[in-house]
Amino acid sequence: MSAGPVLSVRDLTVSVARDEGWRPIVDGVSFDLQAGQILGLVGESGSGKSMTCRALMRLLPGARLAITGGSIRLGEEELTALDEAAMRKVRGGQIGMIFQNPSSHLDPVMTIGAQIAETIRFHQGASRREAMRQAIEVLRQVGIPDPTARAGSYPHEFSGGMRQRAMIAVALACQPKVLIADEPTTALDVTVQAQILRLLLDLRDSKGLSIIFITHDLGVVSQTCDSIAVMYGGRLAELGPKRDIIRAARHPYTAGLIRCQPGAAATGTYLETIPGQPPTVDAMPSGCRFHPRCPRAGETCREHQPAFISVDLGHRAACHFPEGPGQEAAR
Amino acid sequence: MHRYRFVLYRPLQLIPVLFGISVITFVLVRSIPGDPARVLLGPRSTPDAIARIRAQFGLDEPLWVQYLYFLKNLFHGEMGKSILYKIDVLKVLTTRIEPTLVLVFGAVLIALLLAVPLAALSARYKGRLADHLVRLFSTAGLGFPPFWLGIMLIILFSVVLDVLPTSGYGRDFGDKLHHMILPCLTMALPLAAVLTRNLRAAMLAELASDQVVAVRARGLPETIVFWRHVLPNSLVPAINLLAVNIGWLIGGSVVIESVFAVPGMGQLLVRGIFTRDYMVVQGVAMVFACASVLINFLADILTVAVDPRVRL
Repeated sequence: MSAGPVLSVRDLTVSVARDEGWRPIVDGVSFDLQAGQILGLVGESGSGKSMTCRALMRLLPGARLAITGGSIRLGEEELTALDEAAMRKVRGGQIGMIFQNPSSHLDPVMTIGAQIAETIRFHQGASRREAMRQAIEVLRQVGIPDPTARAGSYPHEFSGGMRQRAMIAVALACQPKVLIADEPTTALDVTVQAQILRLLLDLRDSKGLSIIFITHDLGVVSQTCDSIAVMYGGRLAELGPKRDIIRAARHPYTAGLIRCQPGAAATGTYLETIPGQPPTVDAMPSGCRFHPRCPRAGETCREHQPAFISVDLGHRAACHFPEGPGQEAAR
Repeated sequence: MHRYRFVLYRPLQLIPVLFGISVITFVLVRSIPGDPARVLLGPRSTPDAIARIRAQFGLDEPLWVQYLYFLKNLFHGEMGKSILYKIDVLKVLTTRIEPTLVLVFGAVLIALLLAVPLAALSARYKGRLADHLVRLFSTAGLGFPPFWLGIMLIILFSVVLDVLPTSGYGRDFGDKLHHMILPCLTMALPLAAVLTRNLRAAMLAELASDQVVAVRARGLPETIVFWRHVLPNSLVPAINLLAVNIGWLIGGSVVIESVFAVPGMGQLLVRGIFTRDYMVVQGVAMVFACASVLINFLADILTVAVDPRVRL
């Protein structure tokens, strides 16, 4: 039904400038985002998941960070080759982005309506009146009651959940095809979180939106995503359909993450943890980056970087000794 | 619009402030050693003449009685007779207030016209040549004392280039403006320096903020990012800095009016102090206090207008 992925990322490498040269912090990441699908990008803090998404927008913070390799294709367009003016048309026009904290990511001294209208005016050259009319329509679509009046409100006049809806409206002002959601529910309480997830799913269905959903919460991922990409130490550890990953994770890191979920532990037992700390950019382990913390690590893991190999249909993992459905019982 | 309700009751604050100022200046000015009558009549005055002058201006009454007279006069819209000018202080003040108003407002206007573009330039090209030059300007502007700066500007513009008058105040509007350019500039430069530093820091903080990342993620160009999102969010600290510095500006008018021989309130204050003209000193102090309170009041209104989160 669909003609190829909306967004296709190949060997994306983002590096930070150090005195001795460039050091990769996102290292050879590849994934496809299919039309109308939600891809969950999962990982600990510092695993490079947010940096990957900033790179997709070509909005890396600071002059010391740069995309040093790989390709990002949005439909037919190669984003890494675009100049700044063309890239601006992509940002907000074709890819929208929402963030964890709507209070700090909205302009506090501009009304919500004006922030949406401003984006519409820039991208579509609409008149002031027409832009505001569209802004109110977008606010209605994200479920803000009485959008005509609320368009004139400032961000601080919204409640937490409404503010998150407002930020989604700002990001969707120009009907982008792709939405990058950087931990959009992390700062919300559970009931509001559920409402926002519901809204994102509805928008996916009504607008055919494709979403990259960054989170460290596997619970959220299992509720919403179609496929999952797990990042560790700047590399992809595992990538596949949600069902396969949650039920039969092959990479020991993914498996460990799943066992760390509060729901996974039997009552009365301690919650499992993955011992150790995630690596930092300047102290990346050799070979497989997970080996110092891996229960299955052997000599090979210390020396050789595992290839990102196919373990099942559409399911890849970067591990020398992947866990398998057969081994699960033996443990 | 209940965010603006403070506009109704804030002016009431003027009452206790003015009362406090009246007591303080009344006591302070009378604790300066020296006798106005003696100053007025000169070294060869007779004790009789001195006593007569003292009686004429009520200076022989007890202090608290003098203060009550002063209050009574205030309620009648008078400030007492100037010992030197022999007319009501209020009349003296009305002739002196215009040059000082022009000086202070001109200085604030020039300072803003300098500071906003300079800070914007500096923040947008942080670490580059433009930024270094602007920071050099703001450090230098803070370092030069106003009287020295004034003299240097006179040498440059009046003596060497011969385009502006050295001192005085003009007759008609154009002439007055022409005379006030140098005094305003002298007062504006240090203020512009402080404002530039402050605005630059606020703009840099705002440029690194989350909301700016979000605006860029909507694809808006840097000019919109800067003028529509960074600048409005940087203004509140600048407005408050300006309001706080107004007191310093008014005080500075004393020095600058002396350097440029501008017949304003500052000069009047200096002369009042030298001649122990108690009524004049009190009057000028009251006007300066009122101005200070009023300008802070205006700054509050501006802050509320600029930042919708502020409630006073």
